[in-house]
Formats: sequence, C-alpha cells, structure tokens
Amino acid sequence: MEFELTEEQEDIKNAAREFAEKEFTAELGRKIDEKYEFPWMLYRKAAKLGFIGGSLPEEHGGQGLGCIEDCIVAEEFNRVDSTCAHLLSGIGFAALVPKFGTEEQNKKYVPRICKGEIVCAMALTEPNHGSDAGMVGLETTAVKDRNEWVINGAKTYITCGEEAEFVMVCCQTDPNAQPPYRGVSMIIVEKGTKGFDTNSLKPKLGFRGAPQAELSFDNVRIPLGNLLGQENRGFHQIMSYFDFSRIPIAAGAIGIAQGAYESSLKYSTQREQFFQPIANFQVTQFKIAEMATKIETARLLTYKAAWLVENKPEQRRLVTKISSMAKAYAAKISKEVTDEAIQIHGGVGYVDSDIERHYRDTRINDIIEGTGEIQKYIVARECYREIGFSV
Amino acid sequence: MEIIVCVKHVPETAEAEIAIDSSGKGIKTEDLVFDINEWDDYAVEEAVLIKEKLGGRVTIVTVGSEDADKTLRKCLAKGADRAIRLTDKAFDGSDAYATAKILYGVIKDLPFDLILTGTQAGDDGYAQVGVILAGFLGIPHATMVKKIELMEGFTRVNRELEGGLEQVMEVGTPALLAVQTGINEPRYVSIMGIRKARQKELKVLGLNDLGLKEEEVGESGSWITVEEMFIPPVEKEAEILVGGLDAISSKIVETLRARGLI
Ligand SMILES: Cc1cc2nc3c(=O)[nH]c(=O)nc-3n(C[C@H](O)[C@H](O)[C@H](O)COP(=O)(O)OP(=O)(O)OC[C@H]3O[C@@H](n4cnc5c(N)ncnc54)[C@H](O)[C@@H]3O)c2cc1C
Repeated sequence: MEFELTEEQEDIKNAAREFAEKEFTAELGRKIDEKYEFPWMLYRKAAKLGFIGGSLPEEHGGQGLGCIEDCIVAEEFNRVDSTCAHLLSGIGFAALVPKFGTEEQNKKYVPRICKGEIVCAMALTEPNHGSDAGMVGLETTAVKDRNEWVINGAKTYITCGEEAEFVMVCCQTDPNAQPPYRGVSMIIVEKGTKGFDTNSLKPKLGFRGAPQAELSFDNVRIPLGNLLGQENRGFHQIMSYFDFSRIPIAAGAIGIAQGAYESSLKYSTQREQFFQPIANFQVTQFKIAEMATKIETARLLTYKAAWLVENKPEQRRLVTKISSMAKAYAAKISKEVTDEAIQIHGGVGYVDSDIERHYRDTRINDIIEGTGEIQKYIVARECYREIGFSV
Repeated sequence: MEIIVCVKHVPETAEAEIAIDSSGKGIKTEDLVFDINEWDDYAVEEAVLIKEKLGGRVTIVTVGSEDADKTLRKCLAKGADRAIRLTDKAFDGSDAYATAKILYGVIKDLPFDLILTGTQAGDDGYAQVGVILAGFLGIPHATMVKKIELMEGFTRVNRELEGGLEQVMEVGTPALLAVQTGINEPRYVSIMGIRKARQKELKVLGLNDLGLKEEEVGESGSWITVEEMFIPPVEKEAEILVGGLDAISSKIVETLRARGLI
C-alpha cells in the first residue's frame, strides 16, 4: 500500500504552491471578494503554466493529467487563498467537451480554454429544479425545427454564465420520455446568440470570484450540430461527469480548511492571554487536534476517490460512492474547521481578517454539484445496493 | 552556447524556526523545507534566457544528496537541458574550497562558454565557491553580476556594488559569472515544464567518477572547519524616550555619538 505522491505529482504540488504563494495575495483576494469579479488575470497566468486544463487531453492543448493532479492543484490553490482560487471555476465543466464532444467541438473550444482565452459554463439548475433537476423533467425545452434546435426556458445560479464563451445547456428534448431524465440533452449555446440573455446574481455570502447568472432563452435557434454527446443522454452524461468532477471540489474544500488550520496553529502560539500563549490551553490544543484529524480524514477519502478514478475506472459504482462520500465529508469538515479557526482567532477572526472570507467561501462546497444531503442519498443508495436492497 | 549553472539545494531559513543540532556545528534540518538557493534560481533563469535567445544547452551541476533532485528537477522544468548530481559520502563536510574542487572535477571535462553560479548560498553565505572554481579552471570571473551582455570573445557585465553603485566591466570568455538576485525575474515552474523534465537526463556521479581522492574532499580537503554554531540571545533592553520632539531627537543624537556610531 502506498500513500505517497509520485515524483511528478510532488513537483506539480510544489509548482502550484509556489505560484499561489507569490500570486494569491490577501489584498487581491479581498479585492475580488469586494468586486464580485472573475479573476481573469490570474486565470490567464495559471493557464500559461498549465494549471488550467491539467486533465484536458494533450492533443487539444491540455496536459493530459488525471484527477489526482486536479486535486493537488485545487488543494494548493485554495490553501493559499480561497477567493483567488476561484479562477478554477472558469474551467468548471470544460472536461465535458472532450468526454462527449465531436472532434470539431473539441478543436473549436478546448485549446482556447487551455490557453486561458475563454471560460465556459454548464447550465442544469432551473428556478424550479435544483436537486431534482433533470430527474423529474426540465422546463427548458429544445425542439427540432428543420436543421435547428429552438430553445426556450430559463436557468439559474449558473457559474460564469455571463462570462462564458459557450454554455452547455441541459434541455428537455423529449417531453414524453419516461422516466423524464431519458429525454434530456446537452446543447452548446454560444455567447451573443439571439434570444439568449444573462443577468448576474448578487449579493452573495462568498464564492464571489466565481460569478453566477440567470440565463433566459427566448426562441434561441441553434444548429443541430451543437448537440453535445448523444441526444436524450444528457442527464446520464452529466451524472457520470459529476462522479469525478466533485472530487477536486472536495480537494478545494480541504485546501481552504488546511489554510485556516495553519493560520490557527500559528496564531495560537502568538496570541497571549492570561500571561501565556493560548496554545497552552488544552481547549485550544484539542481544537487543533480535531481540525487536523478532520482534514487528514477528508484528504485520505478524497485522494482515494481520485485514485479510484485513475486506477479502477471500471468500478463505476465504487467511484460514485467514494467520490460522494469525499465531497460531502470534505465540504462538511471545511465548514467546521473554518468555523473553529474563527473561534481560535477570536475578534481578529471575525473582523477585518481573511479567515472570515475563507469561512464564507467554503460554504458553497456543500451546495454545488449536489448538496450534502443529495450526496448522502447517493452513498446510501450504493450501500444498500451492495446487499441487494433498493432504496 | 554551452552554459553550465552550479546550484545548491538549501533549507529555507528566512521565516523558519531554527534550532542547533546535537553536534553544535549545524542546524536541525528535519522540519525545514528545502529548495533551490535563491541566487541560483536567478542564475538558472539567466542561463535559460540566454539559451532561448542564442540557442545552445544548459547543464545544471550540484553537489548534494539525493534530496537535491527536487532542485535539479525544478531547473530542468524551467528549461535546463540536463543535470548532474555529484554525490558521495566522502563529500560531506566540504567547505567552499573542497566544494569548488568537486565541481571542478566534473566541469573540467565538459564543454562550456559560460559558467553561472549564484553570488552566495542562503545557508552558509560563503560567497566563495564560484570564485574558487574559476581559479581552478583558470578562467576570469565576476561576482555580484546584475546584467550580462554577450559579445564576440567577451562579455560585458554590470556588477552591483554597495550604495547603489554599478560597475561595468568586460570579462573575456569563457568566464564564470556569479549572479546577484534581481538580475531577472525567475519564471514559475509550469506543468508543461515538469512533464518535459521527465525526459531529460539526470546523471549521478561520485568520487571515483571525478578522479578525486578522498583526502582532497570533505573535511580533510577543506581549509575551513566550523567551530560552533549558535543563535545569539535576543536582547530585550530598550529605553523609551519621553518628552518633546526636540528633546527626543537631541537625546538620540547624544546616545549615538556617545557610542561612536555617528
Ligand atoms: C454559487 C452557486 C453556483 C452554482 N453553479 C451552478 C452551475 O454552474 N450550473 C448549474 O447547473 N447549477 C449551479 N448551481 C446550482 C446548484 O447545483 C443548486 O443550487 C443545488 O443543486 C441545489 O439546488 P437548489 O438550490 O434548487 O436547492 P433545492 O434542491 O431546492 O434544495 C433545498 C434543500 O433541500 C434539500 N433537499 C432537496 N431534495 C431533497 C430530498 N429529496 N431529501 C432531502 N433533502 C432534500 C437540499 O439538500 C437543500 O438542503 C449553483 C449554485 C450556487 C449557489
């Protein structure tokens, strides 16, 4: 049994850490947080160094790396500054293109993403459909009209929806499909297409370097060739994608927790009360021990999930189960650890500090790409399935 | 252009907690993070910039243990072409003179137009290895180099002196230049670079490969021996001056004068 990174992974970790430590200043993080701006400059710099599109295929300008490397970069970036790390949301769903797209779609979009020229978005969630989006039928529809799709409907909370050069929109293409998710397709809609509008969403708690938008589609006409993957297989595509895309989200949550833990550790040795460092109090020591244990546990689970994706992809059900466990658990402990970090810092943690920003930033991890509750359903479903019981 | 860059894998001590080891002659390194010596990072960047402009090859040489591979891989990832690590139990305890001798052992047989080193190493701060190596090789050198211009048969360099002074001089090539920080802006390691580095040569050589004798290196080959290493006690004495601005400033002047500081 091995618990070590390879030499190459170790080098990637060092490179990501060094880049983040020099570029992700707290001032920059605060500015992004205040302005609600996607950090384009950092995104382009990161792309130049290969941190964007690490797992995208080499033939389209990516690095051809895997899930473990994506996790390493997400963890290291978030450890240094959770808001600067929002640059990673620009590539959020880009891997859907090489996974399901045509050669032409790949050539058109993927190299530009790898170069940091454009960002993309994926739109599943609708005002009336979040956790059940796709499962019970979508209100956004696409109807074939000769050689075009005609899209009508609305999406919401779409990350980079306004900035994206193209959005992969989940549409109901077969309204009679039973179950309804067998009638969902993904269609690529480019920025500026007639009838396609966006409206940015704020204010919000955190995650402000990764902007959200509402999208509306009013008789938007799209060439049939913009179908991504197979017709009526869109829901299946997105679900199989989530199986591995939620793992770097877990790694990012761990990175935020790690950063908050390191600050707390240091601060507790410097802050003196009752004529001694607060690290002398057993209460503080136990907090530190709990934080470190939670982080280590979440990290083991997350890298195990990433390792499974790379080494046991044929065990699809196991990948689904462990990756859901990792995402739910990492998101949960990241909330707890950043909360405790504020407690250890006292007033300094709450007012005018970066700890409160990291605390706000990590909250989203328990909601995006399936809430913590939905992850537990998935885990439980797989647990019961193993004994032949269906829930 | 054949460029050789000598680098050292050193502990980052600037912000770390330092403790003296049990020998009393060194520091505890277990908890320290090691990386390329800061000055050497600039030397590597300069070499890669020259190569990108004029073509050629950059060879990295280090004296160190297997751990130094981290630094060598970093240099390769930044664009160097090959790396040589000089490792032998016998090299332990080498001072600047012995270290330069070990480097000479391999460099004397390599082709080169230019040798770059850092001006000094962040750990022991001797600032001598480059200079002594140039002596062994019988080539001219310049230290604290802040700018390099390559000409036919010589190089024009700017040296950074105290007080913001710069000195321009011409050095015949091949030459050894000990580079100062700030000469350029070292690039970040890219994932592309890391991937390419895996295909590059990293050679390990020992005492016998260099044709050196045991007594020529390590402590026996050194001219300097470390007596003791210690952390000076922090003095907490402070005098707080009170009163008006004039009274305070004349008191400061008085104190400095009394101690012969001005
Ligand atoms: C900042 C941000 C970025 C986002 N980015 C994107 C994006 O890029 N693309 C995209 O398509 N979507 C995106 N989303 C949407 C996100 O995926 C949804 O918010 C999420 O799936 C939850 O859906 P909902 O908000 O409708 O909550 P709901 O589904 O209404 O859930 C409300 C609560 O009920 C719980 N719940 C729901 N169903 C059950 C059940 N069966 N049993 C028990 N509890 C249940 C949930 O866990 C939650 O606690 C984003 C959201 C946010 C906030």
